[in-house]
Amino acid sequence: MTALVKEAAVQRALSLDIRSVSHHYDIAGVRFEVLDDISLSLEPGEFVALLGPSGCGKSTLLRLAAGLERPRTGTLLEDNTEIEAPDPSRLLVFQDPTLFPWRTVRKNVATGLEARGLLPEKAHRIDEALSLVRLEDFANAYPRQLSGGMAQRVALARALVNDPGLLLLDEPFGKLDSLTRLSLQTEFLKLWQNAGFTALLVTHDVEEALLLAGRVVVLSDRPARILAEFKVPLDYPRHRDDPDFIRLRRDILHRLGVQNV
Amino acid sequence: MASADILCSFKEMNVMSDVAQTADGGAISTSVPSFSIWHPGLVAAVFWFLTAAITWGLPDVIPWGSQGLFAAMTAVGGGVLVALALTIHHLGALGRRIAYWGPWFIAVGVWFLVWEYTTAKTGWLPKPFFSPPHGLLQVYVVDWSRLLICIGYSLRLWGIGFFSGITVGFALGVALGWSARFNYWGMPVLKLIGPVPATAWIPATFYFFPTTFHASIFLVALSCGIPVAILTAAGVSQVNRAFYDVARTLGANERFLVLKVAVPAALNHVFVGLFMGLYYSFAVLVVAEMLGAKYGLGWYIAFQSAYSAYANVYATIVIMAILCSGLVKLLFVARDRLLVWQEKGLI
Ligand SMILES: Nc1ncnc2c1ncn2[C@@H]1O[C@H](COP(=O)(O)OP(=O)(O)O)[C@@H](O)[C@H]1O
Ligand SMILES: [Mg+2]
Repeated sequence: MTALVKEAAVQRALSLDIRSVSHHYDIAGVRFEVLDDISLSLEPGEFVALLGPSGCGKSTLLRLAAGLERPRTGTLLEDNTEIEAPDPSRLLVFQDPTLFPWRTVRKNVATGLEARGLLPEKAHRIDEALSLVRLEDFANAYPRQLSGGMAQRVALARALVNDPGLLLLDEPFGKLDSLTRLSLQTEFLKLWQNAGFTALLVTHDVEEALLLAGRVVVLSDRPARILAEFKVPLDYPRHRDDPDFIRLRRDILHRLGVQNV
Repeated sequence: MASADILCSFKEMNVMSDVAQTADGGAISTSVPSFSIWHPGLVAAVFWFLTAAITWGLPDVIPWGSQGLFAAMTAVGGGVLVALALTIHHLGALGRRIAYWGPWFIAVGVWFLVWEYTTAKTGWLPKPFFSPPHGLLQVYVVDWSRLLICIGYSLRLWGIGFFSGITVGFALGVALGWSARFNYWGMPVLKLIGPVPATAWIPATFYFFPTTFHASIFLVALSCGIPVAILTAAGVSQVNRAFYDVARTLGANERFLVLKVAVPAALNHVFVGLFMGLYYSFAVLVVAEMLGAKYGLGWYIAFQSAYSAYANVYATIVIMAILCSGLVKLLFVARDRLLVWQEKGLI
């Protein structure tokens, strides 16, 4: 793991600017608003959590940031360059692990390096990424042989092995059992602190957002608008029983419309 | 698309390969009794010896030849069965595999006996339309060199036709499934021409090609290329879009998307097309050989039936059965190798 961290530190963290982005889909001829004038800036190396009810448009925003789709209005910039197409400098960890079922775990993790022709010189990073998510014993297994949590960890390793400058995470810990989730959150936090990439984490778990992010952005119901932003001025490692943590949690839940917690 | 029902029927067909997996899996007992004689083996040996005895002992109504050879072969078979009956429980896994087929050894023995008796020995099933087992044997003994040449010719024609057909069909299928423009122009043509039986082209192709050999290759290639093309196209166009999204974010170019994402994801469909193509190619091969070739198993059948040499015809059909089922088996093995990732359970 330390090797992965050291080498990853070479990769420069990238900034992300989302400027007045609105987006809609046409479903059977009906216009279906998903994002409503979202503006958000991430400094290089910042860790921001996007919190919102399910179906509000969080995954859509990440797809736009990844360059898989273009916004209907507004622009997205990575390091002041407009995002027009996917690029391995910014990686998206999808909500479903979407592993390639015909590739072993190792080959899944190797996909990015292979696609960019970096496989020979960076092959050792695959083992490092696998040990980071503690799946070195499953390197030669096929995805059908993995549990949901293990598959999500492979998906994470598949992104990390490429040393992204900006990592977009779509509820990556959502499907893990609570113990695995806790340890992987901690691991991920360490990785981010050491490697220093920029992270945009989508989640519907308030505690996860508060444990990890330096800033929490709360989105409304669909079409998503930014309702509020909370700075999280707490030192790592954070504790759930910290009075500031509890207060922030209550404020955010209140903003999301949940009372009496 | 229309290939969906074809696909279903081939899923059922695949079941044929799993011999041992029947619904009443326990029905054929292979359990080992405490005192170590394998009774089905002895029963089978009785019938094999009986066959040897009447083949050798009773005269043929009309002489067929190879009478002694067949009697010797069945007698040796009976001897081996007796030996197995006494030793099979010491042979471990191999013994259990052989014991599984015990009822079949009995059935084959009975079949030989009845067949031999009703044809050669009594003439109830008369020459030339029926032949006893040693009649077929006689064909192999007398005509083996010509049959070997015919096998060689058939395999050459089938090999060239099949492999060029599936190569072109696969490439075409990938293009049709991947490129919208290719699909727009290609798919209607394929859908129109695809269902026409390849044999319908025989008169035209024999006219257009310089030799009947070239025409036959084209027909075999056409017969297997079309199902491979249609099913590959269906497979490629049905690939989950999310796989492309993941690969694109990881830096994949179009070449990688086609070769490393679309093709492996579609491989299951491709194999359904290959199995269909394999069966069609056999049919077309034999017809083409019957009509235009100078050698080959299809030609041999047509030639011999013109002389009412039905024993030769049956002997050739036996060879074809072995060759074709062997090729089908090979394709199953290839499929299981390539699709190991989608098997149930651990590796
Ligand atoms: N490709 C698409 N076509 C049409 N509608 C879509 C598409 N992707 C997402 N949507 C719709 O947009 C809305 C927001 O989806 P999504 O971004 O996945 O929400 P979230 O990730 O916040 O749960 C949903 O109602 C969904 O049905
Ligand atoms: Mg989502």
